[in-house]
Amino acid sequence: MSETSENRISIRARLPAFLRRADPAVLTAFGCILLLLFLSSLYSSNFLSLNYLLQQLKVASFLGVVAAGMMVVILLGHIDLSVPWVMTTGAMMACAAAGFGGAGPIMAIPIGVLCGAAFGLVNGFGVAYLRIPSMIVTLASNVVAQGLMVVYTGGFSPQDSAPPAIRWLATGFVIPGLPNAIIVWAAISAIMVFLFTRTSFGRAVYGIGNSERAAYLSGVDTRRIVMIAFAISGALSAFGGVLLAGYASKAAQAMGDAYLLPAIAAVVLGGTSILGGRGSYLGTVAGVILITLLQSILSVMQMPEAGRQIVYGVVIIVMLLFYGRAPPNR
Amino acid sequence: MSEWRYWLNEQRGTLMGLAIFLLMFTVYIANHPAGLTANVAQTAANKGALFAFVAMAQTLVVITSGIDLSVGMIFVLTNCLASWLVVGEPLPTALGVVAVLVAGMVCGAVNGLLVIYGRLQPIVATIATGAIYFGLALLLRPFPGGSVNEDLADALTGRLFGVIPSSLVLLTAAVLLVWLPFRRSKIGRAAFAAGSSEQAAFMSGMPIRRGKFAAYTLAGLLAAMGGLFLTFFTYTGEAAYASGSGYTLWSIAAVVLGGVSLYGGRGSAIGAIFGAFAARTTGDMLFVFDVDPLWQPLLQGVVLMIAVSIGSLALLRVRNRLDWFL
Amino acid sequence: MTTVETKATPPLFRMEGVSKRYGGVRALENAELDVEAGHIHAILGENGAGKSTLIKIMAGVVAPDEGRMLLDGRDVVFRSPAAASAAGIACVFQELSLVPDLSVADNIAISNPPCRFGMIDRRAQRALAEEALARAGAEDIHPRAAVKDLPLSRRQMVEIAKALASSPRILILDEATSALTAGDVAKVFAVLKRLRSEGLALLYISHRMHEIAELADTCTVFRNGRNVASFRAGTRTNGEVVEMMIGREYSNVFPPKPQRAPSSKPPVLECRNLGWGDRLRDISLSVGEGEVVGLGGLDGQGQRNLLLALFGVLRGTTGSVLIDGGPVAIGSPAAARSSRSAMALIPEDRKTEGLMLPMTVRENLSFAALDRVSRSGIIDRTAEEQLIDEMVRLLAIKTAGLDVPVGALSGGNQQKVVIAKWLMRKPRIVLLNDPTRGIDVGTKQEMYQLLRRLADAGAAILFYSTDYDELIGCCDRVLVLYDGRIVRELEGRGITEHALIASALNVDSGQEGATA
Repeated sequence: MSETSENRISIRARLPAFLRRADPAVLTAFGCILLLLFLSSLYSSNFLSLNYLLQQLKVASFLGVVAAGMMVVILLGHIDLSVPWVMTTGAMMACAAAGFGGAGPIMAIPIGVLCGAAFGLVNGFGVAYLRIPSMIVTLASNVVAQGLMVVYTGGFSPQDSAPPAIRWLATGFVIPGLPNAIIVWAAISAIMVFLFTRTSFGRAVYGIGNSERAAYLSGVDTRRIVMIAFAISGALSAFGGVLLAGYASKAAQAMGDAYLLPAIAAVVLGGTSILGGRGSYLGTVAGVILITLLQSILSVMQMPEAGRQIVYGVVIIVMLLFYGRAPPNR
Repeated sequence: MSEWRYWLNEQRGTLMGLAIFLLMFTVYIANHPAGLTANVAQTAANKGALFAFVAMAQTLVVITSGIDLSVGMIFVLTNCLASWLVVGEPLPTALGVVAVLVAGMVCGAVNGLLVIYGRLQPIVATIATGAIYFGLALLLRPFPGGSVNEDLADALTGRLFGVIPSSLVLLTAAVLLVWLPFRRSKIGRAAFAAGSSEQAAFMSGMPIRRGKFAAYTLAGLLAAMGGLFLTFFTYTGEAAYASGSGYTLWSIAAVVLGGVSLYGGRGSAIGAIFGAFAARTTGDMLFVFDVDPLWQPLLQGVVLMIAVSIGSLALLRVRNRLDWFL
Repeated sequence: MTTVETKATPPLFRMEGVSKRYGGVRALENAELDVEAGHIHAILGENGAGKSTLIKIMAGVVAPDEGRMLLDGRDVVFRSPAAASAAGIACVFQELSLVPDLSVADNIAISNPPCRFGMIDRRAQRALAEEALARAGAEDIHPRAAVKDLPLSRRQMVEIAKALASSPRILILDEATSALTAGDVAKVFAVLKRLRSEGLALLYISHRMHEIAELADTCTVFRNGRNVASFRAGTRTNGEVVEMMIGREYSNVFPPKPQRAPSSKPPVLECRNLGWGDRLRDISLSVGEGEVVGLGGLDGQGQRNLLLALFGVLRGTTGSVLIDGGPVAIGSPAAARSSRSAMALIPEDRKTEGLMLPMTVRENLSFAALDRVSRSGIIDRTAEEQLIDEMVRLLAIKTAGLDVPVGALSGGNQQKVVIAKWLMRKPRIVLLNDPTRGIDVGTKQEMYQLLRRLADAGAAILFYSTDYDELIGCCDRVLVLYDGRIVRELEGRGITEHALIASALNVDSGQEGATA
């Protein structure tokens, strides 16, 4: 075991520094993005136009924000299945707050995000302190969130449309030509990278993901860290929902349904282990772009939804078979 | 006396599921304007059976300490397939039924192969295969439609001897023909052992891979039974994404309510059936209380939240804090 | 190499030139072994002498790198535990191989349950289990009980019954009596003797000399992965056997122990009447500044729990803990490491409790001290780097770089990382749980030096070791635990191998080495 890893180190030592530090999975994911762009450019050169690429990044930013939160939780070795309705809750609450006049429009985004964080805290409490499997707590809180929103809206799409501030955040331009959504995603990404690499919280997350026992015995309050991580995931899900509402100019029932599985897939395709403890944020960015691009190219090529789903599933499996495998038993 | 205690201990999870179900169902019936008529029972049984098949499927995989997030999509796919194949004269209908069941098994087997030989984590592997199965379902039924042999459908969703809901008979048959043989066989035991402690199972020389493979494949079969039953219930096939993912998520909830451990190694498909019926009844309950149906999902969620929190009472007994981290 | 006087017929089982390496560590080197039917063959050796690897190879759990095995004079290769079991080799493992969620009967019949029409016949299985339990002398265990609900001693009996149920020709018992009560041991011995008379070959691995003296016909001694001697039981004195086991290919050099002047200061760490259920009882001890106090005794007599209790991991402990004479309540490792108590625990299993193997050396080193090198949660990289460099130099950690996964380091260097990670906090109280297990001789020496240096710098050290040699060489005092109690306190020249072993077995030796 140690011999092979020494071997690998010596090969990597010969690579240029920036490649040496990068995770092979991240490189593969970026490689796949380039391959995808190359193949699609054979179909139509429009795929390489700046406009198209920016548009894709903008669409990707919603998934990107959600996946960032999902990644924190997956790094711990847990999962957050409450994404769909926490997103919707965030969007609806933000839109509703904006309708209250006065400070409403200013507080809209914070309120939406706080609602998400509150759900995250409930998830985190269940996982960390009650030791309920994350899969089941987050599933239950997803249903609760759904219930609350159904009661709130009366089952219809809410009347409030997204306030201008939210719409501006999702579709406006501070820098001409560069959609704000991309800037927002970039800012969140910068924060996440900082969180993962420069803070003791980030280290603790990786530590817990590798061995919660070892982290606990090192004197880390692992339960608090887990709870905070879920709160971050909830807040980012909700924020993703807010952005999406701005993009669609209103919140809608089930608007988050199409984001849960892609978010998990993006994190995993980016090389993060679903068992926790390993992965880099850059990989998640690559995964998000890869999935968005794949979906978009398939739809531009007018492949019917059916084919898109199949190609999507096959691509994930093939990529995972390349580098997402568990070590052999013996 | 002590035999009785051991039996109780073995069946604790299942009995919990049964208790939750009975409690809910009693409250439901007591407040139902019509009371427990054959009609009410039939409707409840039919709706519950759909959940129950998928929950049984999930149980098999969860026992190996895996998870099948594609189970709802297999359910949808087989529903679409059945809306093409299970038609016509008795013989083609019968062949159609067989074909649908085999298709489900193939889907399950693919999951199993990816997890066992591809060494992928079940959770991500089945997310991906779920997308594929849903894609196939859409290919089959881009729009809702199709038909089914209505005589068969009516017989299987109706009542036997005018009292017993046929769906319950079907469920019982599934338990007797799939679950019990699995549970009692060497291979099934290997699946349990692998879920409980893969290391110990390996040291004891059990057929771990075959056990897991059987679990995934039979899960596909049970999901296909559910899909078939959905076709009988609705007379059509529909590739509805929300329905597929909803069934997947609720199957996990049902499994937990039915006392199946998500860590693997422990649980019974019978418990999962009760869990499924309990989850289903929660939804119906509000109807009899004349609560605005809008409150239904919220109350369902709250009940689910409470139910899953009960298990954590055992934490109070943990005396070595390292035991928190399994 | 000596072998047993050979007979004309080939032995039931023979091992020739078998070797196994794990990474760079030789676990087994050119091992030879003959196992005769109708014999009880004892395998002796220190921890890490290669006994466990030997039986894992025999049981098909690991594959040997070289060498051959013969059963009835014919070559055999076991690709899996199932293959070994089919060939008639059953093993009672030290780390239990029972499936916790299945019932006792299921476990006993696990490899070959009685079937009818393809289904497991539960009635027949139950009868089989009851018979096996009866043969093992464990009729008190109900076949329907779930294994995970049984206490350790009962599980071990189930394990023995399980091995018997497969009707083996060769039965291997690896420390099979370590968790048993005296009554169980007597029953098991009767069973083993009966099996011998039925013509089975038994391989018996134990640390307990009196058990071997009572049971064995033949003994083989292993040392450093090689079999160094085989002889008929009773032809060597215990002293000679111990000599063979220890072998002294190297002699540990321990740093000199300083004379300790009586101090008026209260002990740094003290606990009074510490208890935890029935696993720790009435433990009172104190460790002074600059003192190294050893914990001795057989493995599993409460030493590990004592360290965990002091470190705030166990719930529901009774009694009191005092730091510098003042009572403290420590409810978590986070509280234990805080500046008031400044405790550090080097845990038992470095791979799961001490380190995060896939993470880098750097990340592991600073993990426990992040609060020291960060301000409001943001890591000061220069400060971190400084502290890490200091530690790498202090402990001479050999690594290809700080960004290498710690799992790629050798065992000894991994253990150094675990210790360094705690030294970064400059602890005043250091609890060590068998820190030198499975590491190379050179690193051990460094560790002894380090312990003494820490003590000289004023730390209070509580040191559990399964290696008596270390306790003798390193400790100012040794407390011997038996069944969760301190049964003996040895001090200064009174710490001898003989006194340690005698008190570990909780027998009165009546010889030199009484408490000073």
